[in-house]
Amino acid sequence: MVGKGLLGIYLTALVLLPIAALLSKASSGGTSAFWREITSPEALAAIKLTLAASAIVVVINAIFGTVIAWVLVRDEFPGKNFVNALIDLPFALPTIVAGLVLLSLYGKGSPVGINVAFTRAAVGLALLFVTLPFVVRSVQPVLLELDVSMEEAAASLGARPLTVLRRVVLPSLAPAIISGVALSFARALGEFGSLVLITGNLPFKTEVGSVYIFGQIQNESLPTAAAVSVALLFVALLVLGVLQFASRRQSRHVL
Amino acid sequence: MSISPAAGIGARRPPVRGSAEAEARAARARRLGARTIALGYLALLLLAPVAMIFYRTFEHGLGPVWSAVTAPNAQRAFWLSLEVVAIAVPLNTIFGVGMALLLERGRFRGKWILGVLIDLPFAISPVVVGLALVLVYGKTGWFGDWLAENGIQVIFSMPGMVLATAVVSLPFVARETVPVLHELGTDSEQAAATLGASSWQTFWRVTLPGIRWGVVYGVVLTTARALGEFGAVSIVSGRIEGQTQTLPLYVQDRFENFDSTGAYAAAVVLALLALATLLAMTLLTRRAHRKAGT
Repeated sequence: MVGKGLLGIYLTALVLLPIAALLSKASSGGTSAFWREITSPEALAAIKLTLAASAIVVVINAIFGTVIAWVLVRDEFPGKNFVNALIDLPFALPTIVAGLVLLSLYGKGSPVGINVAFTRAAVGLALLFVTLPFVVRSVQPVLLELDVSMEEAAASLGARPLTVLRRVVLPSLAPAIISGVALSFARALGEFGSLVLITGNLPFKTEVGSVYIFGQIQNESLPTAAAVSVALLFVALLVLGVLQFASRRQSRHVL
Repeated sequence: MSISPAAGIGARRPPVRGSAEAEARAARARRLGARTIALGYLALLLLAPVAMIFYRTFEHGLGPVWSAVTAPNAQRAFWLSLEVVAIAVPLNTIFGVGMALLLERGRFRGKWILGVLIDLPFAISPVVVGLALVLVYGKTGWFGDWLAENGIQVIFSMPGMVLATAVVSLPFVARETVPVLHELGTDSEQAAATLGASSWQTFWRVTLPGIRWGVVYGVVLTTARALGEFGAVSIVSGRIEGQTQTLPLYVQDRFENFDSTGAYAAAVVLALLALATLLAMTLLTRRAHRKAGT
């Protein structure tokens, strides 16, 4: 009983109260004030960039993440265990270091002659880096469990490789890809640390939602910061909720 | 009459005998193609940049790196980071195991709310976590006056940094422990209880040994996240040099003050800790697989 009480206090102090305070601050001026805050030109530009960059990044993740997972499960090559361990690096690496790492190769004075610093490409690059593991790690176990005999049967009945992929493999992987994509998207919406150094945080150009919120906090415009926070949080929860619902329906459909 | 998809495909392209060798060659080519794409992508996005930062750091030899990591402010940032981790991680470990037990074994209404609350920090931007904490514990926050009257400073000092770190790394232990608890089942716990063990004894002698690898895995993830936290700590710490500056904040500070040696050196220290985490994760999963295999 004591344990449950302490646990309740811990969760309340760490999560419940802060979220309540955030919602209360965001709604303190009423609906019209909230709307005004999130549709101010700079806020709107930041939110739009965040949504667009996250959307593009998750599409790339879905494709490359699935290919990487396929290679890690179905292919054999020397150093595979090393590559497999490497996938988790973006989760283990502090985000500020991730930004610096990308900057050291793709920033000013790049040895390969590519300089994306302070451009929108940098936003995409940093988001791709930090969200890499999600799709790979959600597709990998499903692919491992997938029965190869289904594919062999399709092939022996004359299905071309592309047909096997489209009609046998991908439908089984779809829920896993979707859940990886949802997690990537939610992470990309809120990403901050890896973007700070490499994007230059230029308003209307490379400033994403979280960076805008950070700036507003520094300016002590807490209601503005809270309003944009709630808007982004709402989108993240919506995406996670909808995709969880969709994947549950999908798996019921398969069964 | 409807034609089954398989028959449709077969009608379009009947299997040709004798082309087995050609097909095997095509399959090999596809596999090589996929491998090239996957490894090329990983090399460009992960391996090359990480290798580059090590190269840039040690470009001018070990001397400058050594003096950069032993600079007083770097040392202070390093120890402060460890201090924050040393408080936040044990808290999240104890409460994480508790939350996992409640999620897996508890029977009460509204359990799903507990699950949502535990997972919420993963859906929230670290910046928003920082802001939300300021709104509760800051000078103008809900508890601001009360805290000031009692002489407690949370924001811009150690308690706030620990809070922020604990929030962002909250879900890991619970999330890693729930599945192992589920796998463990309640049979041996019930047996222990029948034989007269108190619930406390059952937890220490039966449950905890059964779930320890899940907990350890969660602790590794929590530590990595806590050590590298940037956004939330950046807001609640006020980034006072030498006082509330953790190692990730120090990296940013050095970089923005054009001290790239200092930034790279501190980043490499953090990267090495991340690689150690990765190694621990790999060894732990291998151990778990071995256990599952036998």
